[in-house]
Amino acid sequence: MSAPVQAEDAEAPPGAGTEPGAVRAVLDHVKGYWSEVRSGEVGALPAVAGIIALCAFFGASQPVFLSVGNLANLFGQGAAVACIAMGLVFVLVIGEIDLSAGFASGVCASIMAVVLTNWGMPWPVAIGAAIATGVVIGLVLGTLVVKLGIPSFVVTLAAFLAFQGIVLMILKEGTNITIHNDTVKAVAGGNLERWQGWVLLVLAVAGYAALQLNRWRRRVGRSLVHEPLAVVLARIASLTALLTATVFLLNLERSANPQIISLTGVPVVVVILGGLFAVWTFVLHRTRFGRHLYAVGGNAEAAVRAGVNVDRVRIAAFVICSAMAAVGGIVAASRAASVDPNTGGSNVLLLSVGAAVIGGASLFGGKGTVRAALLGGAVVAIINNGMGLMGLSSGVRFGVTGAVLLLAAGVDAMSRGRGKLFGRH
Amino acid sequence: MLLELTGLSKRFGPVEVLSDVDLSIDAGEVCALVGDNGAGKSTLVKCVAGIHGIDGGTISVNDEVRTISDPRDAAALGIEVVYQDLALCDNLDVVENLFLGREKRRGLVLDDDAMEQLAAETLKSLAVRTIRNLRQPVASLSGGQRQTVAIAKAVLWNSQLVILDEPTAALGVAQTRQVLELIRRLADQGLAVLYISHNLNDVFAVADRIAALYLGRMAAVIDAADATQSQVVELITSGRSGTSGLIDTNGTNGARQ
Repeated sequence: MSAPVQAEDAEAPPGAGTEPGAVRAVLDHVKGYWSEVRSGEVGALPAVAGIIALCAFFGASQPVFLSVGNLANLFGQGAAVACIAMGLVFVLVIGEIDLSAGFASGVCASIMAVVLTNWGMPWPVAIGAAIATGVVIGLVLGTLVVKLGIPSFVVTLAAFLAFQGIVLMILKEGTNITIHNDTVKAVAGGNLERWQGWVLLVLAVAGYAALQLNRWRRRVGRSLVHEPLAVVLARIASLTALLTATVFLLNLERSANPQIISLTGVPVVVVILGGLFAVWTFVLHRTRFGRHLYAVGGNAEAAVRAGVNVDRVRIAAFVICSAMAAVGGIVAASRAASVDPNTGGSNVLLLSVGAAVIGGASLFGGKGTVRAALLGGAVVAIINNGMGLMGLSSGVRFGVTGAVLLLAAGVDAMSRGRGKLFGRH
Repeated sequence: MLLELTGLSKRFGPVEVLSDVDLSIDAGEVCALVGDNGAGKSTLVKCVAGIHGIDGGTISVNDEVRTISDPRDAAALGIEVVYQDLALCDNLDVVENLFLGREKRRGLVLDDDAMEQLAAETLKSLAVRTIRNLRQPVASLSGGQRQTVAIAKAVLWNSQLVILDEPTAALGVAQTRQVLELIRRLADQGLAVLYISHNLNDVFAVADRIAALYLGRMAAVIDAADATQSQVVELITSGRSGTSGLIDTNGTNGARQ
């Protein structure tokens, strides 16, 4: 969250700090942001710091970590977990948990594989069936939690076991189904043409800049408290620089033998993640439904009294979570080009929860963003990728990932405690 | 009369919690409702707010008899209640809380700027100077500021009658003063205010009239300017004071058995 000017001095007399020079305004803005961080609103800071530190560490010990090929690889490895984490944010925001999201993605992926390979249906039908399965799963889970009042922990733990069984039943006790369809395989394996990457970059940057500047202009027009223009421009510039660098690097040749097969371009999965990020961020922050999600997570009683249909909002959160798990399952199946009883199993769920929490979603409800899921997903992917490159055993990798999750949950709990000291609950 | 209760009765099973209560509140006045624990203050508020149905008597709003069977009826008649436990979302900011459940939109998209502007205007019209940043989370506000937000939320919707249930119970001296000033301004703007409190200092500081409930009956409704604190204490504890108060059926001045 960016802090408006004067965020820090709620009780200061009016008149103080009015009409500051441009430099003064920017300094105030930075000061306001810093005081938010100090009062427990750490936001994305730990995840960003973690990404930088991890990249420095792995880059120093394994130079191949910083290669272009590995960068593209990271997106593919982290995509499924990031999708599931984006969905989990919705459930975490309302103060619930979905432990079945991992195996829900397995169930949906299995359905897709059966429809696609065994029944020979076209790919849109298969993907539609997978997502519809996710929606139904979410409806059932949400209804059990909301209408019957069973704690979500128990409902989704039961579903965790049951879905594992359903995957086995669909896959006839452990066969694996290969996916031959090129479109589905391209979800996680395909790359854009170089020019397509640049066009998308221009569209994304132009869209972001238009939104930011328009918002700034409107607030100035209505003479509401607004950020200094320099801060808005700096934000647009840094996003532009980051995205340009990413597209540039991903457009470099990353094949080991370019003569045999050429590997360039932005991976398709990056575009999918970006699109989902934009859509869900819009839903969470710019719609009435999103506002009500936060209200339900903050104080459900207040939401009821304000006339919010709390039951419907909570069920919808579970539906979004399971539907995003389905998307995660599709991505995972696409990457492996097959579905087996382990799809969505093993540590997928814990990595997803970890990703959301590391990014800054709170296990106590009321807090969390889609951006958090992506940043946290990046941290998780980097840890696994980097430790894999270092040749560490999977035992060590599990241990370290667990420790990082614990650390993130600790930061979450501590920022709550610190918030209390500053009068926040 | 903006609100007029006549012969209001409410029973919970065999227990008569309110019996034959008369009370009227005009626009632009602050009426304090006092009484000991169990006198029926909360029940009276809940009857007017539509949370409890009534067993006898009538409720008139703007001289028309109305049936208020749920909180939405009350809101439609311009009656808003600020409950003791505030009902604010800590993780939302001031504007988001003020408009919760009644957000303004342009098409599908929330119109945050319009809401912020309207919130600023409302707070300005109430002469609230204690909340400077409308975009800070409610969690970071003090008790008095939170109470101010809760009251502003109630007056944002063209309300005619605002009922405040112990708004100063948890506040310090300076903050209590701010809230009392705010209550006075509501009345000055033409709203009717029903103000429930245990603190007689606060009651005398802000009320035009004082209604004292005693064991479910209206002991007396007196002008604050003519009353003393000890009179009100007598009304609260014994249901009568001097010539005012409840009168027995045999003519002596005294409370119900």
